[in-house]
Amino acid sequence: MSHPVLETRELTIRFGGHAAVDGVSAAFHAGTLTAIVGPNGAGKTTYFNLMSGQLAATAGRVLLDGVDVTGLGPAARARRGMGRAFQLTNLFPNLSVLENVRLAVQARAGGGGDLLSLWSRRRDWIEIAERVLESVNLANARHTPAAALSHGDKRKLDVAIMMALEPHVLMFDEPTAGMSVDEVPVILDLIHALKAEGTRTILLVEHKMDVVRSLADRIVVLHNGRLVADGEPAEVIASPIVQEAYLGMPARTTVQDLASPALERAHG
Amino acid sequence: METILSGDYPRSRLLTALLGLLLAVLAAAPFLFDGAQAINTAAKICVFVVLVASYDLLLGYTGIVSFAHTMFYGLGGYGVGLALYSWGPSWGAVAGGLALALAAGVLLALGIGLFSLRVRAIFFAMITLAVASAFAVLAAQLSDVTGGEDGRSFRVPELLRPGFRLVAEPVLGTTINGRVVTYYIVFASALLLFLAALRVVNSPFGRVLQAIRENEFRAEALGYRTVCYRTAANCLAAGMAVLAGALNALWLRYTGPETTLSFTIMLDILLMVVIGGMGTLYGAAIGASLLILAQSYLQKLMAVAAQATEGLPLLPQLLHPDRWLLWLGVLFVTSVYFFPSGIVGRLRAASR
Ligand SMILES: Nc1ncnc2c1ncn2[C@@H]1O[C@H](COP(=O)(O)OP(=O)(O)O)[C@@H](O)[C@H]1O
Ligand SMILES: [Mg+2]
Repeated sequence: MSHPVLETRELTIRFGGHAAVDGVSAAFHAGTLTAIVGPNGAGKTTYFNLMSGQLAATAGRVLLDGVDVTGLGPAARARRGMGRAFQLTNLFPNLSVLENVRLAVQARAGGGGDLLSLWSRRRDWIEIAERVLESVNLANARHTPAAALSHGDKRKLDVAIMMALEPHVLMFDEPTAGMSVDEVPVILDLIHALKAEGTRTILLVEHKMDVVRSLADRIVVLHNGRLVADGEPAEVIASPIVQEAYLGMPARTTVQDLASPALERAHG
Repeated sequence: METILSGDYPRSRLLTALLGLLLAVLAAAPFLFDGAQAINTAAKICVFVVLVASYDLLLGYTGIVSFAHTMFYGLGGYGVGLALYSWGPSWGAVAGGLALALAAGVLLALGIGLFSLRVRAIFFAMITLAVASAFAVLAAQLSDVTGGEDGRSFRVPELLRPGFRLVAEPVLGTTINGRVVTYYIVFASALLLFLAALRVVNSPFGRVLQAIRENEFRAEALGYRTVCYRTAANCLAAGMAVLAGALNALWLRYTGPETTLSFTIMLDILLMVVIGGMGTLYGAAIGASLLILAQSYLQKLMAVAAQATEGLPLLPQLLHPDRWLLWLGVLFVTSVYFFPSGIVGRLRAASR
């Protein structure tokens, strides 16, 4: 197999004595979609935060395109093509929907250092942002402040911001949680299309097993911060440890992670 | 027009009219007014528009709370003032003092930024307060150099002196002396600096500052090195405050702690930003003008009102000029209460 695009080696973080992510080693390859599952509090979001740099690892390493990025912050990892959508909506609340996405386009273009020209004269950035908004059905809301959107639209915008960075690694953290039934397909179709491009490395935290079955090439199961299973979807779902650890829970509970302390801390 | 205003229009008829009036009055001030107080007030407004705009760059646009802004303002005042005082009234001294003050201000802002912008906002605010207080104490203690509490009066270059005549004959009834020249230097510099600030906040860079204010965590996740942006904003604002301080010193021909470093000025700046409307530079212009006018003329107005109400119970006492601070406080509280987004925010909302 080719070199992994993203790899973690014995990745660990402890909060006090508690290891939220505990020695997780896994490798993710271009053109694949890996679902990361596990009960609430298993460490999925924390694992994402460690990979995208929002949290610094206590031990272990993160490699992106074969380069050790463990010591880099989130901005540097984003510039290397790591895109992150957040479980808790994480927008620029008082800026317009368009501006939320345009800022990502501008970041991707490396245009933030320019003090002398006018942002409004960069039509190209605005056009790219509008196209991204169209892909998530948000073009009509472009002038609305992000804070005024419905919950589902906020989740879509969150994904749109990541998309605008054109990352080659995409991490979706429960992108459809809390969305109304008719909104879910927009996001799933989008993820489908990204996967169909065949070049991106996609990681998806998702509780709905039917979604996981239809999208994932592979499932990684986390439980109490540990990687307890990793393999083909059918095989993983059938394994006893998974039946016990995760699927033993009433299937398809609309498990909404309550607050994610990892994010909140990182946020403050 | 789009280029001059950087595409950032007032977006309210009334606001456009107010700003137009302000610009016209300031531009023609030496020809409109005779008295020293009026022209002093006009010059002070010019200086404060720059000072408050630079503070809004930090507070309103980037979301950084700093109490060190008067320190940079003071650096500008002392830089030019002490250079003129000790090197004599030449343009070389003005340029040298200004260059030194700018360098010192930007370095200091860089230092404060790099050391403390990583910490939580509240600690940053405390650190700026500590540094600014230390600076004020230092300026008072080093009285051999700074003149201590008394400050320093100094002579300015020939061109700026009251005795100088640019043209022999009065123009439109006004003698074009060095004071008028000084006023126009202050006015033109202020206008240019304001427009430059308007450009910065509407540049791609300025947009990142607003993103940081809104959600620093996400800005970082987009790949923006937020510490660098915040530090750059800090340095820019500091540099602008230094320039405002220099203009003020040139106008007053004096520099001292009362006019530059005092905490009262820091409070005034805060009030002006909040009353005008945070996060809009037009708000800085409106807030600065309004508060300075109130400070300069409220007492006079009250004296008139007190006389007019003489004989009535209580009112004359309430309107006595010594109570002006009370009324200023009332003005502040009501304006914050009724216009939480500032005057500019209110006007824009009304015109939507
Ligand atoms: N910043 C933090 N400080 C302390 N504990 C944390 C922090 N972040 C996460 N945790 C803990 O780590 C565990 C994993 O959380 P999380 O990664 O959000 O789980 P998941 O996303 O799988 O539901 C939880 O027990 C949570 O309480
Ligand atoms: Mg989670």
